[in-house]
Amino acid sequence: MPPIVEVCALVKRYRGAETNAVDGISFDVQPGALFTLLGPNGAGKTTTISILTTTLAPTSGTVRIAGYDLANAAAVRREIGIIFQKPSLDQNLSAEENVRFHAVLYGLYPFRPTFRAMPLAYREQVEHLATLVGIERELGKPVKTFSGGMKRKLEIVRSLMHRPRVLFLDEPTVGLDPASRRNLWRYLTDVRAEHGVTVFLTTHYLDEAEQSDDVRVIKDGQIVAAGAPARLKAELLRPYLLVDAADREGLGSELRALGVAFTEGRRFRIELDGHGVHDLLRAVQTPLTHVQTHDPTLEDAYLAIVEEPQT
Amino acid sequence: MSVQSQAPMVTSNHASAMATIAYRDFVKFLRDPVRIISTFAFPLIFVVVLGGSLQDNLGTQAGYDFLTFTFTGVLAQTLFQSSALGIISMIEDRESDFSQEIFVAPISRYAIVIGKIIGESLVALTQGVGLIALAVPIGVDLSPGQIIGLIPTTIASCLLGGAFGLLVLSRLSSQRAAQQLFPFVFLPQFFLAGVFNPIQQLPWYLEVLSRISPLRYAVDLMRGVFYAGTAERAKVVLDPLALNLLVVGGMFAVFLVAGTALFVRGEQNR
Repeated sequence: MPPIVEVCALVKRYRGAETNAVDGISFDVQPGALFTLLGPNGAGKTTTISILTTTLAPTSGTVRIAGYDLANAAAVRREIGIIFQKPSLDQNLSAEENVRFHAVLYGLYPFRPTFRAMPLAYREQVEHLATLVGIERELGKPVKTFSGGMKRKLEIVRSLMHRPRVLFLDEPTVGLDPASRRNLWRYLTDVRAEHGVTVFLTTHYLDEAEQSDDVRVIKDGQIVAAGAPARLKAELLRPYLLVDAADREGLGSELRALGVAFTEGRRFRIELDGHGVHDLLRAVQTPLTHVQTHDPTLEDAYLAIVEEPQT
Repeated sequence: MSVQSQAPMVTSNHASAMATIAYRDFVKFLRDPVRIISTFAFPLIFVVVLGGSLQDNLGTQAGYDFLTFTFTGVLAQTLFQSSALGIISMIEDRESDFSQEIFVAPISRYAIVIGKIIGESLVALTQGVGLIALAVPIGVDLSPGQIIGLIPTTIASCLLGGAFGLLVLSRLSSQRAAQQLFPFVFLPQFFLAGVFNPIQQLPWYLEVLSRISPLRYAVDLMRGVFYAGTAERAKVVLDPLALNLLVVGGMFAVFLVAGTALFVRGEQNR
């Protein structure tokens, strides 16, 4: 099956900026996948999602969504649903009025000034989706009385009204408490199971990335790691040994003589890659002043990637 | 048939999209009591205080009724300004992130701005109706013919104001910038358009500024219709009706096209 999202050499430089916010990234997303763009704040996640959803013009590069080039913005917009980083609901309207506004704007139903006057199909669709995320009783209430989690759920309902093929979620759980986060994910899983929609997620939460089929780690506008979470973990979770000696030069030549790969920083870092710590230490003659084994967690490894200064 | 298996009907109806955008603005206005009161209070104060005092002090010399003169000016100005400021309030949508929801919709950008202009015009027209209803008790003479004549001219003021607001909006970056704009863009037009002051005679530089003020044509168009066939017409109205109509129509078209293009470009090319 051809990819549903194709991004090739995408670059964005904001007006007056000296560096690229997105710096030549390329990737594909398979239909039906849960795809995650993972990265720290300011890495270029929102910029990428804004370009992919046609709200921001790229500087260069090509993007195709569901087979349509970005230049065909109206066609792309019909195929996508978006949940922005900050809730984009009208606080003056009720929950259902926000959904109705969206449905009419997308040309799904003719405009009617009240819920009752809307076609039956609309009323059923709204009630069905609202039940799916558990806000069916709140549909008539003003959005300004909603909690952060409820607003997110309402946005999910709204974004699914036009049956998008790709649902973009830009850090959807930022600002939510742990219970609401878990809750939202449970509903998103149900929604994916029922609608088979491709989900394109940006997040800086590792546990959210772990549930995805495919991950790209983005840093300073560039993709620095790619793959399924299991593969990424295997790549990132390399245990290593930190050693040091008063005679650093001696230790360096000895390790080289032993054929042990290492990097020299404040300490000597030896990737374990199957070597046993005990065997390694036994083989070294230079008196050591520091020995430390390190078993990074996924979070450690991710932080190491994104905090490492780029050369 | 279950709702899941039923594909949503795609009407792709721009009229419906415009109606829902307009409806949203109107509902927003109706749910804001403070805004409703203030929109009626200010124009009324202008007409009563300014119109009344000018009438008592200068009315007999001028040879026409200042209260009516001020009423027609303030009516056009209120509608023009209300529509323009309503459109400029789209900047609030941008800051509250609601504009993203509108701008990712698969509809023409013109449908968005025209829907917005219609909505803000409806809001302004509600104010206009209120102002006309209050004009009679405070002593403005209105014949049924004049009231009918006011209908198309009030709509013209709203549309021109909306398109003007769009052009101004396209050049703004924040709500703060929008607030600072008022004394430069709207206030001078009060005087240059002759809302409460006669501008039959102006020094050449003010005449030039007056001629490029969009509000001048909205006010003069309204007075042209309102005073048609009266003895006061020659003293009050500046330009022929056809010229005012032409300028109002031309400015509306230019502001709408340029404003939409600039606004959309400003949203996308950051």
